[in-house]
Amino acid sequence: MRVGLWITCLVDLMRPAIGFSALKLLEDSGCTVVVPHLQTCCGQPGYNSGDLQSGKDLALKFLHECEDFDAVVVPSGSCGGMMRKHYPTLFQDNLELQSRFTALAGRVWELSEFLLQRPLPPLSTRFKGRLTYHDSCSGLRELGIRHGPRQLLQQIPGVELVEMADRDICCGFGGAFSVKLGDISTRMAENKCRSIRATGAHAVVGGDLGCLLTIEGRLRREGDDQTQVWHWAEILAGMASH
Amino acid sequence: MHSKADHFKENSRRQLGDATLQQNMRRFGGRFAQARAVAMEELPDLEALRDQAAAIRDRSLYQLDEWLLRFEAQAKNAGITVHWAATGAEVNRIVLEIAQAADVRKVVKSKSMVSEETGLNEALIGAGLHVVETDLGEYILQLAEEPPSHLIAPALHKNVEEVADLFAAHHHTPRQTDIPSLCREARVQLRPHFLDADMGITGGNFLIAETGSVVLVTNEGNGRMVTTLPRVHVAITGIEKVLPTLDDLTTLLKLLPRSATGQSITNYVSLLTGPRHDDEREGPSQSHIILVDGGRSEVLGTALQPALRCIRCGACMNHCPVYQNIGGQAYGWVYPGPIGAILTPAYLGLDQARDLPQAATLCGACEVVCPVRIPLPALMRELRQQSVQQGLRPWRERLGVRLWHWLALHPRSYRWFSRVLIWGLSKMANAQGMVTRLPGLDGWTQGRDMPAPQGASFHSLYRKTSRKTS
Repeated sequence: MRVGLWITCLVDLMRPAIGFSALKLLEDSGCTVVVPHLQTCCGQPGYNSGDLQSGKDLALKFLHECEDFDAVVVPSGSCGGMMRKHYPTLFQDNLELQSRFTALAGRVWELSEFLLQRPLPPLSTRFKGRLTYHDSCSGLRELGIRHGPRQLLQQIPGVELVEMADRDICCGFGGAFSVKLGDISTRMAENKCRSIRATGAHAVVGGDLGCLLTIEGRLRREGDDQTQVWHWAEILAGMASH
Repeated sequence: MHSKADHFKENSRRQLGDATLQQNMRRFGGRFAQARAVAMEELPDLEALRDQAAAIRDRSLYQLDEWLLRFEAQAKNAGITVHWAATGAEVNRIVLEIAQAADVRKVVKSKSMVSEETGLNEALIGAGLHVVETDLGEYILQLAEEPPSHLIAPALHKNVEEVADLFAAHHHTPRQTDIPSLCREARVQLRPHFLDADMGITGGNFLIAETGSVVLVTNEGNGRMVTTLPRVHVAITGIEKVLPTLDDLTTLLKLLPRSATGQSITNYVSLLTGPRHDDEREGPSQSHIILVDGGRSEVLGTALQPALRCIRCGACMNHCPVYQNIGGQAYGWVYPGPIGAILTPAYLGLDQARDLPQAATLCGACEVVCPVRIPLPALMRELRQQSVQQGLRPWRERLGVRLWHWLALHPRSYRWFSRVLIWGLSKMANAQGMVTRLPGLDGWTQGRDMPAPQGASFHSLYRKTSRKTS
């Protein structure tokens, strides 16, 4: 199976380890992984800021780069939601494009969804510790990702998964919202960090780097340098140092 | 009501800094949301019911003119005087004319959000009438001289201590702090007003086209008294509230109280169909209904039309993490929360509420609970697009989005830009790997750090591993 791996702009820029974790997990489960080398951003930041044209242009770029793959996998529910839920709505005046985007949407998978469709390879991770999982909004509500990442993490013998209060309430990131309405965003992050700490977990895990940057940034600002922040793929791929 | 919706940033900052409000909001917390979740378990197929409810509301809206004319004809048959008002000022003028013709001195009101839109209380009081709000929450706010902060619990932002202070100051009675005593005290104060009021004013949750009835869905007995004791009853409601049939009402009544307070049904559901008949002993001798446009017809037929499905249950704000942190008054006008972020710019104009469509992380929590399936995040995105088209966004934001757009379409420049950005952020990071100040992005760094990049971009590292790329 020829799989296109979409790294996402945030992972590319801020935390390539998540991209390499995804790559490893996909290759370990027997896929031929191609990383389209011209990929940049899925277009969601512009689209959510009200710039429809930038959403359309980058959707077309994505179509051009990824249409030939058997599957496109992305380690983010937020970008995955953009590709699967929003791209097919952008070209309602163009039936041909609309049907191509709809067909492609059927081959776009968030990483956990894709991994769970295949036999899980032996895991190389020796991660030990108590984890709590934050449900990222787009993954949860646009793609229905809830059990997948938890199920994968529970395959690791040393992992104890504990649930935080308000686990499915937004962390306050919201893309440009975090800068435009920083006060509100910060308060939401503060609430999230309180819930995380109350679990006594060693680490918080999530599936979207935007949330992870928000949570880690707030934890450190509060002086908490103990609670680790990981993408669940980093833990699963053995790339999370402990 | 005078709008402060264009000062959302200042409003929300003030609310975030208000320790009492924050405590009150936290105490309220997810109470309505939890009650809703429990109540919905009673329904065998909630999702199908939401589909039906949305379809009923759409049918009402797609043929709104027909259903309204049908309603008008049936209401007239039942002896109701039907008035049409294009603006809030017209509503206030009509109410005053009715009051003058009927020699009204005292008005008792049950909750009406539309009358908040029009600033009716100020207009009536200005004309020398005595106006008393009788919904407990609205009564508290009338004493406090504050606008409502929630669709169904207007004084949700106030705690018992604050209400005790207000009552003691206004009633000149000993200060009491237990809720049942406070309720009793309000009842004692309000009872004489019900008995000697000349006019009762209510809103209307629904209008039924086939019967000409106004439907009130309430929990306090005040609605019944306001509509039956005074000589004149005036219902004021938006034109979008019409439903074709009583059958449609039964579907929506399964969802409204459950979505709102988690009740299977409210304490009172009243269908008011005209004044007292000659052979009846109770009820008003005059019934009026004022059908209010107030910007609604401008929304019909546009991309924002689904917002007119709203049945004012408040579930969107009960589940909104932004609302839960800043409270309703931050939204600056009548309707708070996600639906307010859409209705306020839709009714008043986007330039009157520039930041409201931005007041969301688009987390989608509102959309999944809306009983009539209003796609709230999509409508906010639509308003964001309109904001850009109308040139209402700050130039720095526009420049940022355009620059990103251009870079993302030019991968070579994009890679170069990434390198510069990573280099810059890494330079700014402290020993713990955190950037504590980002010029131009202090919205982020005022309350949190930015973790520094790991060192090089994925794509540059990947190229070095000389793998096969497409």
